[in-house]
Parts: sequence; C-alpha cells; structure tokens
Amino acid sequence: MELLVTVVLLTFLVAIVVGIIVLRDLLAAIILLGMYSLVAAGVFVVMDAVDVAFTEAAVGCGISTILFLGALSFTRHEQKPRGHDSLVAVVFVVLTGALLIYGTLDMPYYGDPQSPAQTHPELTQHYLYTSMDETGMPNAVTSVLASYRGYDTLGETVVVFTAGIAVLSLLGLIRRRPEDETPDDAPGDVPALPKNDSERTS
Amino acid sequence: MQVLGLYNYWVVIVLMMAGLYIMIARYNLIKKMIGLGVFQTSIFYMYITMGKVHGGTAPILEDGIELYSNPLPHVLILTAIVVGVATTAVGLALIVRIFEQYKTIEEDEIKAIEALEHDS
Repeated sequence: MELLVTVVLLTFLVAIVVGIIVLRDLLAAIILLGMYSLVAAGVFVVMDAVDVAFTEAAVGCGISTILFLGALSFTRHEQKPRGHDSLVAVVFVVLTGALLIYGTLDMPYYGDPQSPAQTHPELTQHYLYTSMDETGMPNAVTSVLASYRGYDTLGETVVVFTAGIAVLSLLGLIRRRPEDETPDDAPGDVPALPKNDSERTS
Repeated sequence: MQVLGLYNYWVVIVLMMAGLYIMIARYNLIKKMIGLGVFQTSIFYMYITMGKVHGGTAPILEDGIELYSNPLPHVLILTAIVVGVATTAVGLALIVRIFEQYKTIEEDEIKAIEALEHDS
C-alpha cells in the first residue's frame, strides 16, 4: 500500500514537471512549481521524513512561490517562443540521465534495512540510541540539527543572512513597478515641494 | 518489491534531467530558475529515499518502537532546503535588476543588446 502511494505520487511529480516544460505562461509554471513542492512534501511524509516535509511545505512551496511571484510582478509573464534548436540539449540530458541510471544499479534497494548507511555503528545507530541521553530531545532530527551539528546550522544562518544582504543591496528597500507611478500629491500625502524658486513661479 | 527497488532513484533522475533540460533549453531567465527549483527538489528526494527503512517510522524516539528511518539525510536536507531558497532569492533579485537594465528577461535578446552595445 505504502509502495503504491509512493509510486502514484512520483508519477504525479513527473506529470507536473512535463507541464512545467511545456507551458509558456510563467505564472502557470510557477504555480505548478508550488504544486511540485507540495506533492514532494507528501512523498516525504510517506518516507518518514516529517521534519523535511513541513519545511518543504512551508519554505519550498510557500516562501519560494512568493519570491517567484514577486519577481514576476516586476518582469513579464510570457516566455517568448524560443527559436533555437534544442536537440543538443536533449541528447546531452538523455546521455547524462542514462549514465546516472547506470550509476544507480549499485545503490541499495529502497527501504533496505541492511544498507551501509543504516548499519554504520557510529552514525545512525549512535544518533538514534544515545541522543536521548545526551541531548534530552526525543526528536533525533532536532538533536542532530541543533546539537551535534549545531555549527552546520550556524553556517546555514550565515548563508541566509548573506543572501538577505545580497538581495537588499541589489534591489534596495523601496521598489515600484513602472506602471504604478504614484502621483505627486497622493491622498493623505503632503504634496511634494517644488525644488527651487524658478519651478515655483512657473 | 525487488522490481521497484530502484524505481525511486530512476524517478529522481528523470526529474533532475527535466530540471537540467529546462535550464539549458529555455532562454527565459525565470524559467531557468524554475528549472533550478525542480532540480533541487529532486536531489532532496534522492536523499530522503536513502534514509527510508522498511517498517521503520519517523525518527522521533518513543518507547516500544524498535525501528526508525535514518535521521541523518533528513538533517542534511533541512539545511539544503533553506539554502536553496536563499539561492533562489538572490537569483530572482538579479533577474529583476537585469530586467530593469535591459527591459527583457530573454537570454538571447540580452545577448543581442550586448552585441549591439559592443559594436557601437
């Protein structure tokens, strides 16, 4: 049953991506990207990754969609029909995909309890069975994220901070769309004073 | 069960290559960022697949439960999701600036404008 749910959701993901490739309306593509994130969050729940699922639903589906919509409101909605040959791209992508699929043949099967990552005595087993005594948190993901790998999380915060500074320095704090120029004396505003005397008299 | 043992990885690769194709073959810059998002999420998906254990449950410790899925991929991907959004934000800010400068977000038109500027 669980496998069936996974397979159906995965097929759904592929269908959404085909839609993204085909559609030329950017607004529709962005909404499909949000759906893609939400379906991926559903798959994460099926695969026991609840923390990842709600982060993906909130950040991947929510914030990132809002960012895309914000960028779209400053630019254009329509992707122009492209006039260039993409056969090279198709060949390259298919070749790379075939190589990667050849690479997966060595991977442990889905859900294998004997996979090397599962049985390593000092990683998974240590985190799962001693983290309760060492950190006092029942959620193993939280204890690894905030305690054992706290410096990683600090680094992540630095990355987000840097990105915030980069966005602010690129865009500034106030940004207006070109079409909604505010009039000089908007209701409730103090009318702008003329800059010098010659303007005032004219 | 064994037949579909690698199905997840194959879907991941299909999604990843679809994202890569969008990034290569589409000239629209916002479409490229969408392709990047598809690519990123497929990688998250691959890591979570590696952490899943049959019969296991979410790694929240509880009396009477013996088998948990692997928490380590979850931790790595939590970090990756947030960093991915930071990357997207910077990319989109750059696109908005490019649009203000060139009045277009199509890569070929930007290149044409730049070639004109170079000639004159």
